[in-house]
Parts: sequence; C-alpha cells; structure tokens
Amino acid sequence: MLIRKGAEASIFLEEWHGRQVVMKTRLPKAYRVDRLDSSIRLARTSREAHLLHDSKRAGVPTPTVYEVDTATSTIIMDYVNGPRLKEAFFGMDDSNLTRTCGLVGSLVGRLHSGGIVHGDLTTSNMILRDEEKLFFIDFGLSGYSSEPEARGVDLLLMSRAFKSTHFTLHSRAFKAVLDGYRLVIGRKDTECVLTKMHEIEKRGRYSERTQTSLVPNI
Amino acid sequence: MPSLILGIESTAHTFGASVATSEGHILSDVKRVYIPVAGRGIHPREAAHHHSSIADVVIRGALRDAEIEAKGIDGVAIALGPGLGPTLRIGATIARAIASKLRIPLIPVHHAIGHIEIGSLTTGSRDPLVVLLSGGHTTIAAFASRRWRIYGETEDITLGNLLDMFARSAGLASPGGPVIEQLAAKSTNFIELPYTVKGNDVSYSGLLTAVTKLLDTGTPIEDLCYSVQEVSFSMLAEAVERSLAHTEKKEVLLVGGVASNSALRKKLEVVADEHSAAFHAVDKKFAGDCGAQISWTGTLAFGCRLFLDIERSQVRPRWRLDEVEIPWR
Repeated sequence: MLIRKGAEASIFLEEWHGRQVVMKTRLPKAYRVDRLDSSIRLARTSREAHLLHDSKRAGVPTPTVYEVDTATSTIIMDYVNGPRLKEAFFGMDDSNLTRTCGLVGSLVGRLHSGGIVHGDLTTSNMILRDEEKLFFIDFGLSGYSSEPEARGVDLLLMSRAFKSTHFTLHSRAFKAVLDGYRLVIGRKDTECVLTKMHEIEKRGRYSERTQTSLVPNI
Repeated sequence: MPSLILGIESTAHTFGASVATSEGHILSDVKRVYIPVAGRGIHPREAAHHHSSIADVVIRGALRDAEIEAKGIDGVAIALGPGLGPTLRIGATIARAIASKLRIPLIPVHHAIGHIEIGSLTTGSRDPLVVLLSGGHTTIAAFASRRWRIYGETEDITLGNLLDMFARSAGLASPGGPVIEQLAAKSTNFIELPYTVKGNDVSYSGLLTAVTKLLDTGTPIEDLCYSVQEVSFSMLAEAVERSLAHTEKKEVLLVGGVASNSALRKKLEVVADEHSAAFHAVDKKFAGDCGAQISWTGTLAFGCRLFLDIERSQVRPRWRLDEVEIPWR
C-alpha cells in the first residue's frame, strides 16, 4: 500500500516475513536522461542502506534495513510509526519544543561526531515515535565527512527548514538545536561549523550578480 | 478610477519602462538591452552608461505606447534592487526626478518580487511554489504570513550565471542561454558531469568547472551544451520536486529570464504533473527583465500606499527576497 509519495521515492507499507515493513523504491524520473537517472538511483540506494546502518553505530536511531535490491533501487526497512517532526510540532508546548529541538541537535551532533553528514536535514526527515524517540530517515544525500563545509551545509539546511516551514519558531527552535549540538560536539567545533555555515550562506546569498560575474574580463 | 503607474527597471543589462493599471492591464512595455562585447561579461559602468544614454527614449516610448501624458501618472515604481549598483542608480535617479517633478509618490519595488507578480498576473497562479530563475536568482520560494519563504536556492552561482559563463568561455554569443539551448537541441549524446543537490539546494560551480575543462578536448560543443543543460536542469528539477513534496503546494510557477528555455519548462512540467500540481510559466514576453514587472508590482504596492521618501530611496544592491514584507497577498 502506497503511504507516501516523496520527492525521491515512493514509500509502501508492506508485510514481509510476518513483519510490518516499509518498502522504499526510487522510481525512475522521467525528467532525467536514463544514464544519469539510473546512476543516481543506484548510488543513492546503496549509500542510504549503508548510512542507515552506520548511523546507528553513531548513536542515532534509524529504521533497521532488512533487504536492499539495487536492481529496482528498493530498500526494505523497519516501519517506524509516528508523525514526522513537521507535524509533531503542532500543538507542542514551549518546554516540549525546546526539549525536542535539543534532541534534534544532539542527534545531528552524534552523526557528525561519527563522521557522517545527513545532507538533507528537514523536519520531514525525522519521525517522532511515542513522543520521545526521534528517528532520522532519508539518507539518500548523506555521506562520510568530517569537514566543516559538509557539516555547515547540514546546519544550514536545518536552519532553512525552520525559517521556511516553521518561521514562527525559527529563532527559538534553532537555538535549542544548537544547544543540543554543542553539548555533543563541543563549543569550539560548533563555532567552527557555524562560521562555515554563515560563509556558505553568503556565497549564494543574496546573489543578484555574485562577485564572479561582477568582475569584468578586462 | 484605476491608478496608472510608471515602472522603471535597471537592475542589470536591461533598461525598461512600462505603464500598468491597477486593474492588471500592461499598457506598454519598452526596453533596451546592453550587450557586452562577445566573450565578456556585463561591465557595470558601461551598462550604466548605456542605460543613461537611452533612458529618455525608453521612458517616452512607454508613455507614448500607453497613450498617456506624463501628468496622467499616479506614481513611479522603481526597482531599487537587488542588482548592480551603477545601473540601479541610473534608474533610481530618473525615478526620483520624475516623482519630484510631477509631485507623485515614489514606490520601491524588489526586482524578484516583480518577476513573481508579473508571472502571477499573466498565468492566474494564486498560491504557487515559485521557481525564480533570473541572472541573479536561482530560488525556490512559497508565500506564507506576509513574506516569501525560501525553500531552496543555489549555494554558489545561479543557473543563469552557469549558462552565461559557460557560453562566454566557449566563445558563444551573449546572452548564453538561448544559444546553448539551440546547440543542445542538436545533440542527444550525454556526457557525465558532476550532479550536486544538497537538500533542496543546488550547487553549480563544480559543474561549471568540469564542463569548461572539456572545452579544449575536442568534444563537440553540441554535446557539451546538451549535457550541461541536462545536468543543471535535472538538478533544479530535483530541488523543485523536493520542495514540492515538502510544501505540498498545488501549483508551480516558473518565472525569470531562464524560464523561456523550453527544455527546462518540459522538465518542471513533468515534476509538477508527478505531484498533481498545475504548472505555470510566465509568458515569454515578460520572462526576461522588463519594465512591466516593476509597473505592475508598483500598482500593487501603490494600492497599499507603500511609498518612499526620496531622501530614503537609496538603491539596495543586495536586497534579499525574504526580507520584504508584502501586504497585498
């Protein structure tokens, strides 16, 4: 049964050896030429399977992977029942919000300490189970890196998600995320990643004519 | 009585003037475009010189086409940014002079909001996920609580920059986009190039470096144009699809100069279809920078009495889209 049609993949709820599982299939994209499309789907499927697993080692809850089929770009994994963080935010009181965002930050911190970057941190990619355990999903754009640049992108995407989707909460929520992150990663590394984040932000921003195109070729 | 607004655009290559009514009629739209020497980028001072030399002809043309006299105008809308300082100042100086001479309000307009509003006017789109592709923007945004909220954008150069800079390195005519599109249509030979999507963001600088390096290898230019379009457009299509899945909007609105590219339109149409969203693209006539985007947005701002004292009307070269409060939506 199709339960969600995401941007990258379709999510089916199925029964597999007596277990309720999620089948995540990366269907071909008609807007990409075949060669490009199949290499992207293959790379992301295998990367996601690896990183779902390795994130557990870093101390971040993720669905358990049962089976990977690269021919159809499909991963069969545990079904995590709960609202996405995007929905769970509604109706949360202040202290609960701060606590949950702190948890988000500490989990991002654990990923980063473990040498992993998620690459697509939004409130759609986190599931809250039983109102307290947070699972990270959607590791298709993730990778192994301890570079401040890659970590900075992670935090920038997180900040953007709050700014666009949860604009009334942005400053409070993102502060709580950083507090949680700092506790895991430490003050010094956090500052370093934040500096990088602002630098990345400025590169594209505002960008009506960036420096590169301002310089006349004389 | 509908109000009549004169709009002036001078953020970059284009000097444009237009008269629009508050009922949504574009009565005139006249422009002249500065073309840099082949193989070179825009030179801000030369562009400003170009604008100042043709400004009176363009503005007179806009009034004549609209069949009104200067004293019939209710306000002057000016694109104060973002853009190039020197060209912005030409438009701003003229707009201030007209406003003060005719004793009518000066209305500040954000250039990107101009693209979005002219797109909305000509397509009837109401609550879209906006894909804004101009020389200076590669931005995916949606409106909520008086502001455009940004869901995705480029993390370095824009799609327009990528195409322009590649065209320039290849010695193609300026602007690069249309020439690349024509050459690309002659090939289906795909060459692998770096594909970089980060969340809902894209990054084009690696792609530019890689495709520029291939220029000297004897690879047919048609294949390079085809491949650079395929990769850059697919990256954007993916970022749009991600934003669409996240925002669950039911419309996609493509605006800005790069919106004229048919290959790109097709890709975004596929994405919109896939998520049961209606696809709209701005009329090609108003896709590139033009006075109409400023005059029409000016009427909306005029209706909300968003006026600016001349003393406070300095240009804003780096004005952010998400900084602007919008009372009319």
